[in-house]
Amino acid sequence: MDGNLDALTTVFTEFYYWVTVVFMFLIHVGFCMYEVGASRARNHMHTLMKNIMIIPLVTVTFFLFGWWIYWAFPNFWVFGGSIDFESGAANLPWSENMATNLGDRITGVFWAAFLLFSWTAASIVSGSVIERIRSSALWVHAVLIGSVFWIIDAAWGWHYAGWMVQKLGYHDAYASGVIHAIAGGYALGVIMVLGPRIGKFAKDGTPRDIPPHNPWMLTIGIFLIYTGFWGFYAACNVPAISPEAIGGQITGTTWTATNIYLAPTSLSAITFNFLMSLSGGLMAAYVVSKGDAFWTFSGGLAGVITASAGNDLYHPIQAMIVAAIGVVIVYNLHYWVERKFKLDDAVGAVAVHGYAGFIGLVIAGFVLWGAPSSPFEGYASINPVGQFLGAIIMFFVLGFLPGFVVAKLQSMAGVLRIPEEVELMGLDYAEHHAYEDAKAEIIAADKAALAAKS
Amino acid sequence: MSTIGYESWAVDLADVGAIYPFQGWEVAMTVIGVIFWIGWHRIQFVREGQHLEEARKMGDKDKIDKMLDRY
Repeated sequence: MDGNLDALTTVFTEFYYWVTVVFMFLIHVGFCMYEVGASRARNHMHTLMKNIMIIPLVTVTFFLFGWWIYWAFPNFWVFGGSIDFESGAANLPWSENMATNLGDRITGVFWAAFLLFSWTAASIVSGSVIERIRSSALWVHAVLIGSVFWIIDAAWGWHYAGWMVQKLGYHDAYASGVIHAIAGGYALGVIMVLGPRIGKFAKDGTPRDIPPHNPWMLTIGIFLIYTGFWGFYAACNVPAISPEAIGGQITGTTWTATNIYLAPTSLSAITFNFLMSLSGGLMAAYVVSKGDAFWTFSGGLAGVITASAGNDLYHPIQAMIVAAIGVVIVYNLHYWVERKFKLDDAVGAVAVHGYAGFIGLVIAGFVLWGAPSSPFEGYASINPVGQFLGAIIMFFVLGFLPGFVVAKLQSMAGVLRIPEEVELMGLDYAEHHAYEDAKAEIIAADKAALAAKS
Repeated sequence: MSTIGYESWAVDLADVGAIYPFQGWEVAMTVIGVIFWIGWHRIQFVREGQHLEEARKMGDKDKIDKMLDRY
């Protein structure tokens, strides 16, 4: 760190990303609470364990190869590009930068911010498959979505030099597509193969509601996700950088916050837009769901996700309206898909994340038409065709397709779904029967002790 | 043409102010925002009125007793 300003900027940036990581931890806590609240009592421990173990599995694999993919793949094979071994080298697990190093104070916190996005992507998939998937199968999917597919899409469309940004003008500042559309698409691919929970559909195909066992846990869960989302938004920005450090077309000496593409925005702008899109989503969801509490809460999230692609540039009222439009479409699409294809999206994750993310990308293409996607020369500007193609790549190519293929392979090998008897009995008894047995044993022992005294 | 008024970032940021789309339409956007807000209240008032009207005819004495006991 040369000079006081450089030192201050470095330490501020380091601390900034560190705080976002702590906030984003709450997203995972929220997902865990939401899933457990939504599952039935006989599946609690299994549901919780399924989501908790995403943390170590995705963390380890993201350290070993996920982070390298981000830096090495921005131009991989598309348009004659190749793997960027030079940029990737500093991010390999044996690099000095990926360790305690006083010469690099940023890689650790930046890696962690991306890692928390990885957990989120995996956790979105986890929610839609509760109460019938094998943990072993889900954990393979978690590694694939968390440390492979989402980070490929980030390299392509969420990197200042990604080919989608350069050629398509792809713009997705707060990850409508790169996290939510891909994870929702992936979940859709898995649940198509996995099938619905027993009892979800009547014999005539009419869907049944499977109510949450604990609505309050579910409510607190989603509020924690809202809270963690603040960290998610802040983590998508570079907090303070000079035009010289950006190295693009920006002239002058005025420092700025930027989005991930190094194009200017401000923390103030995204604070306006986060709150207005949350509000637009909540209000629209309340109306369209006729006051259904859980759809209203999820609608707030879906609203933010819909507006996220352009929330670095939208006017707050635009963010609110974009969110409201997205939520109305998402709600209707969810029930149409459920009825038409008999799919059991247990927590509405495909809808709230996948459809909202897809729609948000498309809308941003129109509202931000012609705006520069990057501060660098020669990049395509933001446009509806580029955003639509981007949405297809995120949702279908990198999300749905791998999810479907891997789930199909797992199904053929007989390792995707739990046996019907176990599903009816409950996973906690079948897999964690030691708890029930231990409980029964200690109750019997206590009763015997009591009887011996009397 | 760019909806935000800038087609590239080859500018001095000291000279840049608003960068949201459709500048000049702030009043129209505010009107849309007010319609959205007031419209929401209107829909909600009507629906809640209908719901309460239906709910008051749904009461079953035994069930109400149980609800009161449950607190």
